[in-house]
Amino acid sequence: MSQNDIIESITGKTVQKKKSKIPARLDLLQSISGLFLALFIVFHLIFESSILLGKESMYSLTKMFEADFIIEGGSPLIISMLAIIISILFVFHAFLAMRKFPRSYREHLRLKTHAKMLKHTDTNLWILQITTGFMLFFLGAIHLYTMMSQPQNIGPYASSDRIYTDLMWAMYLLLLVSVVLHTGAGVYRLIIKWGIFDGKNPRRNRILSKNIIKAVVVFYLFIGLYSLATYMKIGYEHKDNYGERYHSTSEVNHAS
Amino acid sequence: MSREITITALKYNPSDADSQPTFETYTLEETPGMTLYIALTKIKATIDHDLSSDFVCRAGICGACGMVVNGKPSLACKTLTSSFPEGKIDLLPLPTFPLIKDLSVDTGSWMQKMNIRVNSWIVANEPTDISKIEKRISPDVADEVFELDRCIECGLCVASCSTSLMKEDFVGAVGLSRIARFSIDPYDSRTDEDFYELIGDDDGIFGCMSLLACEDHCPKELPLQTKIAYMRRKMVMV
Ligand code: HEM
Ligand code: SF4
Ligand code: FES
Repeated sequence: MSQNDIIESITGKTVQKKKSKIPARLDLLQSISGLFLALFIVFHLIFESSILLGKESMYSLTKMFEADFIIEGGSPLIISMLAIIISILFVFHAFLAMRKFPRSYREHLRLKTHAKMLKHTDTNLWILQITTGFMLFFLGAIHLYTMMSQPQNIGPYASSDRIYTDLMWAMYLLLLVSVVLHTGAGVYRLIIKWGIFDGKNPRRNRILSKNIIKAVVVFYLFIGLYSLATYMKIGYEHKDNYGERYHSTSEVNHAS
Repeated sequence: MSREITITALKYNPSDADSQPTFETYTLEETPGMTLYIALTKIKATIDHDLSSDFVCRAGICGACGMVVNGKPSLACKTLTSSFPEGKIDLLPLPTFPLIKDLSVDTGSWMQKMNIRVNSWIVANEPTDISKIEKRISPDVADEVFELDRCIECGLCVASCSTSLMKEDFVGAVGLSRIARFSIDPYDSRTDEDFYELIGDDDGIFGCMSLLACEDHCPKELPLQTKIAYMRRKMVMV
């Protein structure tokens, strides 16, 4: 252990008799990790909704992510790698954001009574954020592990079988709602926290930012839920052929 | 047309071992233009001589009369009873500050500690020569500084902030806005490094979770949202 750490932990100051810069770095990293996760989610949910355009679209997009344009037939390993990278970011973000959770009985009681009486939107939004963040600990972990360990099982039939026959729909429903709400609240927080859209009239722009984010959240919930329902429907229709994989219409034509 | 209003207040004296916290309800006739200050004075004069609450200026200037009104931290002297259509008003003392009795809290010692902690005064490198005219500063900068000087230390920003409620050592919006005030002031020679020593930790600027209840409850409408973000941007770059 470094002597500097010991000195700082006892005196509260670094050996230069200064405050540590670590809290500043952590605050920034919390925002940056949240921002990257948010960017990932914004694209991920759009790609995942390709099922709304039909099985063929979802299939070719999956294959594109498996880099079938360079590797013959595509390699699911790429998906595994992506899942590992996101998982690292996810754990890192959760570790940093965890510092903000209310801990003791007293803190929970004070937050609860205060928020109930105050009826203040942004306070409630933060409670929504820590609640969904807590849910994501578990839901996100399940999903990420599945993608890491079974990257080959992504596709119009494989995903639908997982969602319908393997009963993963309940998990996905909770995951979808919590991740969309958490990301929406998080991006709003980033805007406010760093004063990104303050402009000439920060008070008006705060309302504007909130309204835009609300609209985007509704849009994402809509496409997300609609896609989930679509996977359910495909899974139901495919239940007797559980395990069978989708073949591209072009491949089928080629074979015949 | 006057109506009857009911006011419920928490009554408790922490320094009296026999005192039991209770809610007391008072019914009184509303008069035109009645503020909560007037209503409480009337209650104290005619119904309950023992009820405590603080006032000095009665005009939203001194910051002494903060209390929680129907869940919202507010200045009693600036709150009209007519703004509650149902005529029911619940009063609580401001949280986070030491309770003196009933609705009366000690914001003074809290503010004093905060001011000392954030070194809320001008620090100049050169001695001031009062025989010379001060150096000029631009009106825009002066406005920005004076805008923050309008703070009356009422503590409503602290009492409305969930972080302040949960973390007793959190410096609060008022403390962060004090730092912003001196950081903007060209007469102050302190650098960002110096300010970092005062608020660069999780009880300072990095403890703020941007819930903006401070901004939304400040009776002087100080630009807390932008000034806290401004300090955060500065402190994170140090
Ligand atoms: C895909 C998953 C996630 C995304 C897209 C995401 C996004 C974000 C963003 C953009 C922020 C704002 C950052 C900031 O205030 O500096 C944030 C904050 C937060 N996140 Fe996440 N996050 C995710 C997962 C999680 C998980 C797993 C947790 C569990 C601990 C979590 C807990 C929090 C908390 C408590 C905050 C509030 C921090 C504060 O108020 O300062 N998040 N998140
Ligand atoms: S910043 Fe506003 S709410 Fe806070 S103490 Fe000053 S005047 Fe009161
Ligand atoms: S009595 Fe001075 S602010 Fe209300």
